[in-house]
Amino acid sequence: MNTVLGLVVKRIGLGILTLMAISIIFFIGVEALPGDLAEEILGQNALPETVAAFRKELKLDLPPHERYVAWLGDLMKGDLGKSLANGRPVVDLVGWRFANTLFLAISAAVIAVPVAILLGIIAALYRNSLFDRAISMATLSAISFPEFFVAYILIALLSVQLIIFPSISNINDQMSFWQKIHAIVLPCLTLTIVVVAHMMRQTRAAIINILARPFIEMARLKGIQRTRVIVMHAFPNALSPVINVIALNLAYLVVGVVIVEVVFVYPGLGQLMVDSVSKRDIPVVQACGLIFASIYIGLNLTADVFSILSNPRLRNPR
Amino acid sequence: MSKLKELEHLLTIGKITRRDFITRVAALGLVAAASPALMSTPAKAAIPKKGGHFIIGTTGGSTTDSMDPATLTSNMNQNLNWQIRNCLVEIDHNFNAIPELAESWGSTPDAKVWTFKLRKGIEFHNGKTMTAEDVIFSINHHLGEKSKSAAKAYLKSIENIKADGKHEVVFELTGGSADFPFILGDYHLTICPAGTEGLEWEKGIGTGGYILESWEPGVRAFSKRNPNYWKEGRAHFDEIETLSITDTNARTNALKTGQINYMDRVELKTVHLMKRMPGVNVTAITGTAHYTIPMRLDKSPYGDNNVRMALKLAVDREGLLKQILRGYGQPGNDHPIAPVNKYHAKGLEQRKYDPDKAKFYMKKAGMLDHTFNLHAADAAFAGAVDAAVLLKEQAKKAGININVVREPDDGYWSNVWMKKEWCMCYWGGRPTEDMMFSVAYSDGAPWNDTLWKNDRFNKLLISARAELDTDKRRKIYRDMQEICRNDSGTVVPMFNQMVEASSNKLAHGPISGHMALDGMRNGERWWFA
Repeated sequence: MNTVLGLVVKRIGLGILTLMAISIIFFIGVEALPGDLAEEILGQNALPETVAAFRKELKLDLPPHERYVAWLGDLMKGDLGKSLANGRPVVDLVGWRFANTLFLAISAAVIAVPVAILLGIIAALYRNSLFDRAISMATLSAISFPEFFVAYILIALLSVQLIIFPSISNINDQMSFWQKIHAIVLPCLTLTIVVVAHMMRQTRAAIINILARPFIEMARLKGIQRTRVIVMHAFPNALSPVINVIALNLAYLVVGVVIVEVVFVYPGLGQLMVDSVSKRDIPVVQACGLIFASIYIGLNLTADVFSILSNPRLRNPR
Repeated sequence: MSKLKELEHLLTIGKITRRDFITRVAALGLVAAASPALMSTPAKAAIPKKGGHFIIGTTGGSTTDSMDPATLTSNMNQNLNWQIRNCLVEIDHNFNAIPELAESWGSTPDAKVWTFKLRKGIEFHNGKTMTAEDVIFSINHHLGEKSKSAAKAYLKSIENIKADGKHEVVFELTGGSADFPFILGDYHLTICPAGTEGLEWEKGIGTGGYILESWEPGVRAFSKRNPNYWKEGRAHFDEIETLSITDTNARTNALKTGQINYMDRVELKTVHLMKRMPGVNVTAITGTAHYTIPMRLDKSPYGDNNVRMALKLAVDREGLLKQILRGYGQPGNDHPIAPVNKYHAKGLEQRKYDPDKAKFYMKKAGMLDHTFNLHAADAAFAGAVDAAVLLKEQAKKAGININVVREPDDGYWSNVWMKKEWCMCYWGGRPTEDMMFSVAYSDGAPWNDTLWKNDRFNKLLISARAELDTDKRRKIYRDMQEICRNDSGTVVPMFNQMVEASSNKLAHGPISGHMALDGMRNGERWWFA
């Protein structure tokens, strides 16, 4: 267990360094974009003097490194700052949206992960059968369509034709938990369809890879049933790559869903980040960026820990 | 059947009224065949009914939006602004300035000093009574060195504002301005309690028909009827929910499935399908909004009027209208005054596509081998890039080479517009001729995007501004439109209609072309029938 603990501590330390580096990259990236917040907000209505007044009020006239250091100083004190565009505290902008993003991601994962693993196992079990080909084809087709296309098809079928689910999922605080669940069924289904293929293919491939090993042959020769061989012998040994793919997909469900958010008018973190980048609202961009990066780092770490725990050889190194 | 189609078209482009349409369809015996969306008009004369939960789906909302009247950038917060606040002056559907928070006004004969009498006993949502102090604060918010207001450019003529007692405000201008009340009807100039600053703007305290309950930029606003509302016969809904739905398909589906009652910016490519939807009314209103293609006269070869004339003649306006706007608009005549504007010059000859003449002028300028770079991005207006490519093909027939330079949407207004020699541009238009010309065509105007400088035009502008006699003004503005048409550096290919859709359960009076969403006031002008 000590190895795991050591790994976690080391990785968290490295993670913090990574976050620092990411915040610098984000800052430089937004700075490198043409124009600044004052110009973007005023757009066609900008006058040189109003732009200058705007910059002065928001301290955008200071050199970039000074602004970065000031931001970092506030962050160390636990203050994420205020949105440059409307003066709202970044925490207020980000907090509830992050909760919404997680809500959608978790709902999708709860459906997608078991379905993908189950399909993967069945596909491995009946390898090269008609069934295997059919699910491969179905899931690969689904992953090949752009998300918005899947989303529009689902809306056309389940919202416009059959009128079962709402076409927009603009959940708010006045809704009960079940109302929210009802509202997010379509985005949740869209995401499920999009992520299942990847995880299912990986599960199938990993299991098939293991099936070529001598100990599987041994198990077979002992006369154990095929299903039992795959579920009890092959699958546990195939877990490591599967866990990694699941982690990647979970991260995607949190950070990569802005198109789904737009199509379903879902108030998540993605739209906030896109709007903030296009208006150059740096404190908000930084906060979103750090959250997304932390999710990636955190999920990768979790995946590695689970990989070790699932593998006796890594769990008890000699 | 073709007769019916034609009538439907005439109705949707606003050439005939709904009443005419119904009469004529009835005369043809075609009532059963006509699109139900066009026939199912709520009785306009009906007395408005109170109540209901009105949900608007708007485009353009962003999480960076603010309710500070200095920076109202999207349909969402502009609409919300007039749900919760009022101006001194309202611009009605006929483009007249009518009293709002000011009950009356008058000026000195030279139109230099304007006195506005305020309504008495008007309360803000927080219970404070509105006085001259609040008005002066609200206007000054856009002026001065620290102002970051989008309205600053057209308030420059204000030299001094002072209160005369609690209920009178006096504006002293640098020069006569007969249309000054219209300026105070601008959406930025809503009246807020004196001393509002910072995050207090987001609370949306105003004198309007609805009280802001919650507001999340780029997502949702929720407002409830103001029980104390002072305006008679306005603000009929119990509650209004204003949603930001940037995706056109999402807005369309939401309207179709009844999740919203009103949407702006209908997709023109599919509007014919939308008209067939049961329970949905599509409205197409001509306003002052128009597309322009400004050339910078200080850059060669646009200083030569032969070149400008050639490029103006090389544009097939009817073709653009058909392809880009699907007929939802009117051809422009290379000046920015819309057919709905009061002094629009009706007799002025419509400029037509004439490749031969264009070639003649271009030859005269000796520029037939020149390649003209036309900078375009859809940030200018939806379809701007397609329009530029069409223009290139149209100009080719006149032997003129246009090279379309695709620009990024991002930062278009700061990096391309007014910077590149020739680019696509959009203007929402202004309710008066003076505002439009002053802001974008007069010498020294900050948004004179062509740097056009015509002495006679500039002199006429100033004389018309101070002129209170309507007939004289009409004549001057006619001349100015003609000069602009023949000399300015802007191609004005077309005026676009505002095409919007709503539930047929809603009823309304005449719709304003001043701004989108019934002059941004559908919240207080519409009701559930």
